[in-house]
Amino acid sequence: MRIELQRRPKVSKLFSVLSPLMALVLTLIAGVIMFGLMGIDPIKAMDVYFVEPLTDIWSLHELAVKAAPLILIGVGLSICYRSNNWNIGAEGQFTIGAITGSILPVLYPNWHSWAILPLMMVMGAVGGALYAAIPALLKARFNTNEILTSLMLVYIAGLFLDWLVRGPWRDPKGYNFPVTTSFQPEAVLPEIISSGRAHWGFVFAIVAAVALWFMMRFMLKGFEVSVLGQSERAGRFAGFSGRRMIWFAMLLSGALAGLAGISEVSGSIGHLQPSISPGYGFTAIIVAFLGRLNPLGIIASGLVLALTYLGGEAAQLSIGISDKVSRVFQGLLLFFVLSCDTLIHYRIRLIFSGRPTTEGKS
Amino acid sequence: MFEAILLTVITAATPLVVAALGELVTERAGVLNLGVEGMMIMGAVCAFAAAQLTGSPYIGIVAGIAGGALFSLLFGFLTLTLVTNQVATGLALTILGLGLSGQLGEAFVGKPGIKLPQIVFPYLSEIPFFGRVLFSQDLIFYLSIALIIGINWFLFKSRTGLKIRAIGDNHGSAHALGINVIRTRYLAVMFGGACAGLAGAQLSLVYTPQWVENMSAGRGWIALALVVFASWRPWRVLAGGYLFGAVTIGQLHAQAFGIGVPSQFLSALPYAATIVVLIIISHNRRTTLINTPASLGKPFVPDR
Repeated sequence: MRIELQRRPKVSKLFSVLSPLMALVLTLIAGVIMFGLMGIDPIKAMDVYFVEPLTDIWSLHELAVKAAPLILIGVGLSICYRSNNWNIGAEGQFTIGAITGSILPVLYPNWHSWAILPLMMVMGAVGGALYAAIPALLKARFNTNEILTSLMLVYIAGLFLDWLVRGPWRDPKGYNFPVTTSFQPEAVLPEIISSGRAHWGFVFAIVAAVALWFMMRFMLKGFEVSVLGQSERAGRFAGFSGRRMIWFAMLLSGALAGLAGISEVSGSIGHLQPSISPGYGFTAIIVAFLGRLNPLGIIASGLVLALTYLGGEAAQLSIGISDKVSRVFQGLLLFFVLSCDTLIHYRIRLIFSGRPTTEGKS
Repeated sequence: MFEAILLTVITAATPLVVAALGELVTERAGVLNLGVEGMMIMGAVCAFAAAQLTGSPYIGIVAGIAGGALFSLLFGFLTLTLVTNQVATGLALTILGLGLSGQLGEAFVGKPGIKLPQIVFPYLSEIPFFGRVLFSQDLIFYLSIALIIGINWFLFKSRTGLKIRAIGDNHGSAHALGINVIRTRYLAVMFGGACAGLAGAQLSLVYTPQWVENMSAGRGWIALALVVFASWRPWRVLAGGYLFGAVTIGQLHAQAFGIGVPSQFLSALPYAATIVVLIIISHNRRTTLINTPASLGKPFVPDR
């Protein structure tokens, strides 16, 4: 049996909508098989994983807490990927944003003013953008592969944070634990409503997604992003600069990742510690693709991926399976999304005869 | 002292060299597989598990190679048959590999590993100065040297190697000449996977004989950078790999001596070195353009 692709004359609208849903269904089927192989009742596991977290107020709040960084980073990455800039170092920009955003509460713990929170958010976004400026500069100026440089910077950022919280920024009253002092109340991102933990980071995420959707849909800049992404040559004829686009896309995605970092630390953790992210920066890559690089789609896909984190925690507690299963789910999901996206541009034909089709056919 | 340092440099460099050589062949065929990290960690967990279950590190090596190659097949199916974006698919392979290996390896966390024994060549290993370093090593080191010589010959002297390079430079013309582009690329991807798996086996059987989650620690990505550094030539991979091995070991020794620099900064050195090396290699656009396989990363659908 062979698989043959036939280019569709037009991009399939139907499959553009259907492909993420198909990918989700396939992932669930793979999950059932996986749990079956592990000797766990698949129905119960699926229920614990994907249904129970949606049934009470508390966990819905948790869902928003986890979705906020995923959506914020994901929409930034979508602009990057649309413009053919492959920033995969969002995890590092998230970390640096968390650090620069925490400068004020860590160094001035006794500064009690409403101004501290907006300043922290701005500093976080600026920090993330500056960190993304490194691969941007290297790509624009030295032609260096941004995939490799941005990824190397993730490791460096993680080590830098580790040094900070174990060294100069360690809380002297913290019993030698590698944490900074807890932020003063004015530096904590407030909850949206009083019924749970969901903080304003989720609002930032929705605002960013809608704003970028608007940009991509109605503004010249959005057009520039897609033209340069599809063909830099065509973009140059239209008077767009690929080099400027590198800067725009990388700084934007870096700033959003940095904002996500400081929102997470300020809204959800309350201090800096060696590990502040369960891989949000990498999971956001999956979020971006599952949302088909469309900012509004990314809101939905961010919630879906947030559910895999929550389900993983729930499953660990109630049926004792390791939370590593969620990483497997996330990886599988990305595979299925990419495969299903093929259907948008191609018709897939299965050919059962052993012989290749003759040339005269087409 | 000097001998001991050289030995550790070789041990640190071997996985980088082996993984980079595999990726070099894949990229010469025009396929950019960013999943090296994922294939490497799958190789590491398969090798460790097989060695534990059978008691033989050599079966571990075979399992590592098989694990990496099978895992790369997933990438091959998506990018070659379904023509998905190679960058995204490679990332997916890495994410899935890190997750899957964590889950598979859970039962083996904390178990003492089985170290791959050294193979000592009589007489040769008694040559003063470099004899012991070069001739009383483990199997994977010898394989890495054989791979360099073999791949260099294969790519530049054999007919199939010429075909691979033709496909990498212009898949359209290669297809028109009657070369089976897709099949050759499948084999090249699997070879890359096998090498990454072997590199992973080295990590869990030689470098640190135990299973630790995420133990590849970015080495797959450094291997990818090495291919660029080597401008797609096998011998330069050896030079680059040993340079990185030296940086890694150098910073470990510096940490042990306590030279007053925080250990985290020293640990960051190999990653920073990768960035610096990439800048030096890439800043000349023209040489980069000449060396890069022209079809690298581009999708190919045969017209019928």
